[in-house]
Amino acid sequence: MSYPSGHPQQYNPQQPAPQQYNPQQAAPQQYNPQQAAPQQYNPQPAPQQYSQQQPAPQQYEPQQPAPQQQHGRSSRMSDSNLRLVWVYPDLLSTYGDRGNALVVERRARQRGLGVQRIDVRSDQAVPTSGDIYLIGGGEDRPQRLAAERLRNDSGLVRAAENGAIIFAVCAGYQILGREFINDLGEREAGLGLLDVWTTRGEGARCVGDVLAEVDPRLGLPQLTGFENHQGVTHLGQGVSPFANVQVGRGNGTGDGTEGAWRDTVFGTYLHGPVMARNPAVADMLIKLALDVNALPPADTTWYDALRAERIAATRQPA
Amino acid sequence: MPGTDSEATAAREASLPTRAKLAVTAGRVAAALSQKAGRGSGSVIGGKVALKLDPDLLATLAEHLDVVLVSATNGKTTTTRLIAEALRAAGPVVSNALGANMPAGITAALAGGSDAKFGVIEVDEKYLAGVARDTRPKAIALLNLSRDQLDRAAETRMMAEKWREGLKDTDAVIIANADDPLVTWAASSCRKVVWVAAGQAWKEDAWSCPSCGGVMQRPGDDWFCQDCGFRRPQPHWALQGTHVIDPQRGAWPIQLQLPGRANLANATSSAAVAAVFGVAPQVALQRMQSVTAVAGRYDVVSYQGRDVRLLLAKNPAGWLETFSLIDGPPAPVILSVNAMDADGTDTSWLWDVDYERLSGHPIFVMGQRKLDLAVRLEVAGLQFQVVDSLDQAVQMAPPGRIEAIANYTAFQQLRKAVAN
Repeated sequence: MSYPSGHPQQYNPQQPAPQQYNPQQAAPQQYNPQQAAPQQYNPQPAPQQYSQQQPAPQQYEPQQPAPQQQHGRSSRMSDSNLRLVWVYPDLLSTYGDRGNALVVERRARQRGLGVQRIDVRSDQAVPTSGDIYLIGGGEDRPQRLAAERLRNDSGLVRAAENGAIIFAVCAGYQILGREFINDLGEREAGLGLLDVWTTRGEGARCVGDVLAEVDPRLGLPQLTGFENHQGVTHLGQGVSPFANVQVGRGNGTGDGTEGAWRDTVFGTYLHGPVMARNPAVADMLIKLALDVNALPPADTTWYDALRAERIAATRQPA
Repeated sequence: MPGTDSEATAAREASLPTRAKLAVTAGRVAAALSQKAGRGSGSVIGGKVALKLDPDLLATLAEHLDVVLVSATNGKTTTTRLIAEALRAAGPVVSNALGANMPAGITAALAGGSDAKFGVIEVDEKYLAGVARDTRPKAIALLNLSRDQLDRAAETRMMAEKWREGLKDTDAVIIANADDPLVTWAASSCRKVVWVAAGQAWKEDAWSCPSCGGVMQRPGDDWFCQDCGFRRPQPHWALQGTHVIDPQRGAWPIQLQLPGRANLANATSSAAVAAVFGVAPQVALQRMQSVTAVAGRYDVVSYQGRDVRLLLAKNPAGWLETFSLIDGPPAPVILSVNAMDADGTDTSWLWDVDYERLSGHPIFVMGQRKLDLAVRLEVAGLQFQVVDSLDQAVQMAPPGRIEAIANYTAFQQLRKAVAN
């Protein structure tokens, strides 16, 4: 111990003068380009941290995984694995929308499907061969950065042209549209995958629980979720509303619409996350990926209990 | 307003300007009335009344104190306690020890009266710049910033930006966590910064460079932006294992009664703060040993013949640190989550928490939003039991000390339950 053990008063903390941070001075020699190289997108190994989520013995899951031959593989699926791409978690994963990826993966595995989860950071190329692409919500600046990088990358647009399934939430939903207002107050081009455009709402931010009826053509039960956005999204001719709100603001246009969809591309404002509150939405994406009309049943006990509670609470706010 | 009636207090109050004196008295009356009405200690309402009568009261009260401000998303209450203990080595301390951390609560605490030399003040993140302006602190400790209650709070990076703007002209020495890019961004416009390598387990809010938006590279403990060169500053102080490394490379053992890596980090930052006031690390660290439970957090209580440790975790970063300090399997774990206004009413954040880490523990879930937790745990592939009360959970729990982890109001309810 080299420290003087004298009187506290004698201790002089100023010896190493507090330095102002200076990026020029800040030890550039430690910079190591080998370490720093952005990792190449590697489709082979799924992210390690999720490998422990392999179904363990389940107290609450009476169903056995269904035999795989029960449903046909569509030509859409590249191999025996469902390729689940989570787009830009470094920018768009602020509001728990990671849960959507976890729920889709879980419900696919419960049907005996292999799942390859591919998390694509915003300095990596978006693969074009995914089956399902999920995009989450994020803060204003990351949203602009994500839009810039997705426009430059073009992987997601090409995947969409190949018929990939895309499901986006909040900021991600706005990015799928033609344009939105960015953090600098400027109009920012989106990807044009949905015929919608987003302006900045003049009124109070839309925050709170939402209850909505989904477009009947999608055959989904009542939608429950939580919205938190300032943007107001206007729908063009090329899309249909994903749902119509009973409680909440949805697209914020005052006409009761919530989200938008066409073919296999979906956008919503709902967090919760939306798949945790509505596992039927996750199942719908899996069915689209497999090109089947039905899936073997998978337990929904806890989802059902949560849905009942949230729907009741949203109808009669405390 | 709570306070002692010591002569020193009387003398101090006598020296206050008339307006401030009136404000302090009115605040005390309001606090007493509120307390009588059974609405808590009344310190916040007292502070509100006093500030209304004299908007400069906080500045007036702080004038005679050497002030330290402590702000962060997590750990500010505990760190405030640790710093207060450390500085008592050099003189009497006044502090908002119970966590009333907005201007009214802070005013109440300072008006509580003492012949204090130091004011050690926990400040809510949103109010830091204003309180720093009013109290003209000698030091400001910035521990960490991460997502927290996004349904009602500002975005995380905006908070860093707010700190950066609000603190850039301060004369205070900033003690800042060099391992948190957002804190580093906030502090790096200040004149005097003491960098502390205090560590940060949660990294999910700083993958994007706070300066230019580039993708952050984070090899090992280091971090830097390839696009603009913003990078981790060279720390003056560091937490290394269970030792504080001081600027002279002296290594001082940390012996806390508080568990977990996060508290070792808090102690390291506290030692760096104490040094600014001339208290040597060995003295500071020794005094920190006396801190046990802070506002009930980490308290091990006996309940129905069982040992239950009460742990507070309010947001994903907090849960992550908490998981790292609990007893390993098969220690039973109780999780309780509410979604009242004080907790944030959106529970989506549960999905940012790696509950997978609880694999192997018998798990019991309760609280207002136990069903959200149930779905979260089901998707994590964990086994669990949903219960209605602490009573029920404790009765069902297998032997061993029980770790009870709860978010804000759920934690208060747990404390109440075990107190009865």
